[in-house]
Amino acid sequence: MGSIKDKVAIIGMGCSKFGERWDMGAVDLAIEAVYEAYGDAGIEAKDLEACWLSTLMAPVIGVSGSLAADGLKLGNIPVIRNENWCTSGHIALLEACMAVASGAYDLVMALGVEKLKDTGFPGLGTGRGMHPVYEARRTSPGSFGLIAERYFKTYGIPMEEGKITMAKIEVKNHDNGSLCPKAHFRNQITVDTVLKAPIIAWPLGLFDCCGNSDGAACAIITTPEKARSFRADPIYLKGFGISTDAMIPHFRPDFSWTSFNALVNSSRKAYEMAGIKNPREELSLAEVHDCFSITELLIYEDFGFSPRGRAKEDVDSGFFTRQGGLPVNVDGGLKCFGHPVGASGLRMTYEVYKQLQGKADLPERQIKNPRLGLAHTFGGPPQISAVAILGNERG
Amino acid sequence: MGKIGIQLCGSYLPKYRIDRNLIAASWGRSSLGGERTVANNDEDAITLAVEAARNCLHGDSLEKIDGLFFATTSAPYKEKMNSAVMASALDLNRELVTADFGYSLRAGTGALKAALDSVRCGSARRALVTAADCRLGYPRSDQEQSFGDGAAAVLIGDQDLLATLEGEYSICNEMHDVWRNPEDTFVRTWESRFILGEGYTNTMSEVVRGILKKYGLEPKDITRAVFPAPDPRTLQGLAKKLGFDMKTQVQDPLISSIGYCGAAQALLMLVAALEEAEPGDLLLLANYADGADALLFRATGEIGQRSSQRKLQTLLEQKLMLSSYARFLSYKGLIETLPGEPFRLFPSATATWREAGSILRGHGSRCQACGKTTFPIQRICYHCQSKDQFVEVPISNYQGEVFTFSLDNLAGRSDDPVVIQTIADLGEEKVRFYGMMTDCNPSVVQIGMPVELTFRRIYDGMGIHNYFWKLRPVNKEDVTNG
Repeated sequence: MGSIKDKVAIIGMGCSKFGERWDMGAVDLAIEAVYEAYGDAGIEAKDLEACWLSTLMAPVIGVSGSLAADGLKLGNIPVIRNENWCTSGHIALLEACMAVASGAYDLVMALGVEKLKDTGFPGLGTGRGMHPVYEARRTSPGSFGLIAERYFKTYGIPMEEGKITMAKIEVKNHDNGSLCPKAHFRNQITVDTVLKAPIIAWPLGLFDCCGNSDGAACAIITTPEKARSFRADPIYLKGFGISTDAMIPHFRPDFSWTSFNALVNSSRKAYEMAGIKNPREELSLAEVHDCFSITELLIYEDFGFSPRGRAKEDVDSGFFTRQGGLPVNVDGGLKCFGHPVGASGLRMTYEVYKQLQGKADLPERQIKNPRLGLAHTFGGPPQISAVAILGNERG
Repeated sequence: MGKIGIQLCGSYLPKYRIDRNLIAASWGRSSLGGERTVANNDEDAITLAVEAARNCLHGDSLEKIDGLFFATTSAPYKEKMNSAVMASALDLNRELVTADFGYSLRAGTGALKAALDSVRCGSARRALVTAADCRLGYPRSDQEQSFGDGAAAVLIGDQDLLATLEGEYSICNEMHDVWRNPEDTFVRTWESRFILGEGYTNTMSEVVRGILKKYGLEPKDITRAVFPAPDPRTLQGLAKKLGFDMKTQVQDPLISSIGYCGAAQALLMLVAALEEAEPGDLLLLANYADGADALLFRATGEIGQRSSQRKLQTLLEQKLMLSSYARFLSYKGLIETLPGEPFRLFPSATATWREAGSILRGHGSRCQACGKTTFPIQRICYHCQSKDQFVEVPISNYQGEVFTFSLDNLAGRSDDPVVIQTIADLGEEKVRFYGMMTDCNPSVVQIGMPVELTFRRIYDGMGIHNYFWKLRPVNKEDVTNG
């Protein structure tokens, strides 16, 4: 397999405030993120040669990339819409990177935007429209609840302990998010808060689930050769991995529900490209897809951060906190930002980008001497995973 | 021509019951006492009949069934053959005569007589008769309390008989006693003294006396009189008038425990009688509506040897009590559930037709290269990637256990808010199945719990009733605990 390690650089990023943005439409959200990125990169719209737009929901079909072309007045450049469930933002970013690495373009944008709060419903809804029967009444919390029940059973962890472990992950994420000005939820919580909250899909309670928010984020990408003409501290793509698995893994024989091939495959491909042998030691930070607390726990193991069945010990020791050995979801994750689906991958990348530049918005949440950061999304039924590894030094 | 008669029989009752006192208290009126069955919100006349047929046919080979006759007055489809849905769910052969019977509470015995005639004349070798009903009485009416939801099935043939047909007699009598117009949701009735006296009692008396006279019998020759009745008191009057001993001869009309299940009631009571019968017993079934049908059956030496999968007595014991009258109204579709989450599932007539093998018949695929069985049917094997190297295998009769689950508070209806998302391994091959659990108290679900498949109506969209399989607990205690 080939590699595009160090063949592209990110020279500007922007991220809107995430939350219930009742006063803003999808275009407004995009403008908020994009003009921050233009400023960060020191470019103007006319400099862009192509745009990859990531959005899932609004409007569902039939508008291709016109949301960005119309709203941002991108003129006659290609605007290529990308829909890959929750990984849409990451895959748009990686497609944009591949286009630059191929030499087809020199300066492109990946833009993720999602306006969930115009649908009138607090959640993404039941029934995904993928199959007229098999998907009836399936929800995301329900699907991930299936993981939690099986994971704790498999490893012989009593559910009361499992619930506390999951709660500790959310306490950590809320602690991180409380320092993050762009986060939707900035309240600190305790294990007790999590345990006493209403159940959404047993065993997952309210605080085990991320919220639905509106938001947008984007990245400006160019070649490493040109990057330095835009800024002194470009961030380089070190590796990526994307893996798509069974459509409805629920029916898949022998599927363990304690580990996902897509998570393992995508992370291993990314490590290989980036030259990472021991992610636990080598990564400075990771933004992973914490749609539910149990997902983050599972990712620790599937990504090789923790041994199989032992992630609980790392949670207990505080290994993934801001001060720990491998800080995870330093900005509060999906838990605090909510999950405007198409925007999330780029929002996570934004955090890694800022941290690697040493430019986190508040000094108290800046990771010390970061070198390599991982950003990840996991979506679909759930079976699509995308990992991007970024570094602040060109190898 | 040798004897014809009943080869197998079975019944089905929804798990849900409502205490009639609860209905009565909601209206501040008197209670008829006892309880009635209530179809779950994923059940209708088709699914009830499918379950009754599955209880009837259990373990029997399906190949020789070449007739399926379905009786109901509450057909889910007014135009479209309801028995065709049923034939698929039962995985019957395509070489099959199907017919729907309706429009009258005599539809059950009408379908039975049609099946007997088909076998007698040789147009069918084995004909399955199903009957099910979920009728609606006006809120606050006696019917609201006295009606029940239920189903029964009998398999008609000319060998291996549980009971032989010994005689038949019918009369027709036009009158407006109970009726429903096309636009009516609820049944209409004339004054009860007229319909019970001039209608029910006199017509039933006429048909019973007629069949006894036709075959030279007297009431004492009848072991069991199976007379569906609108209420126990009217039945008592009828039995007395005809000279049957209420205690020893007359079959329990099931009103106090189940209710009157419309077109299914005659067959439901017949199945109950057959399940209790001794060899040599003579059963007289008489069924009333716009006239009456009477049939005589004699139990053979086979009776009691081949029992139904689940006897009516067992079905009566496996129950969940509805907690409120409001839920009853909602399950009956009389009050709307909160719109809540929009379904983004667009029913597709073509897709469901194409995939009927898995969706309706409950077929999985067994890879002939590696032996792995999967559900739904996979053209390319998950395991060995062989393409189109599979045989279809029916899994709808498999039992298994819960592999993992979630109790989902977001996916349900406002009258049934918790959806038990379930993954199960079914059969010795551990076929992985994903679906919803039904008829189960969520608090009892755990990994390893024994489950089986049941045919249900999972949602409606664009006027299409979408049927599919759900899981349910196997053990009685898993239904009733908690």
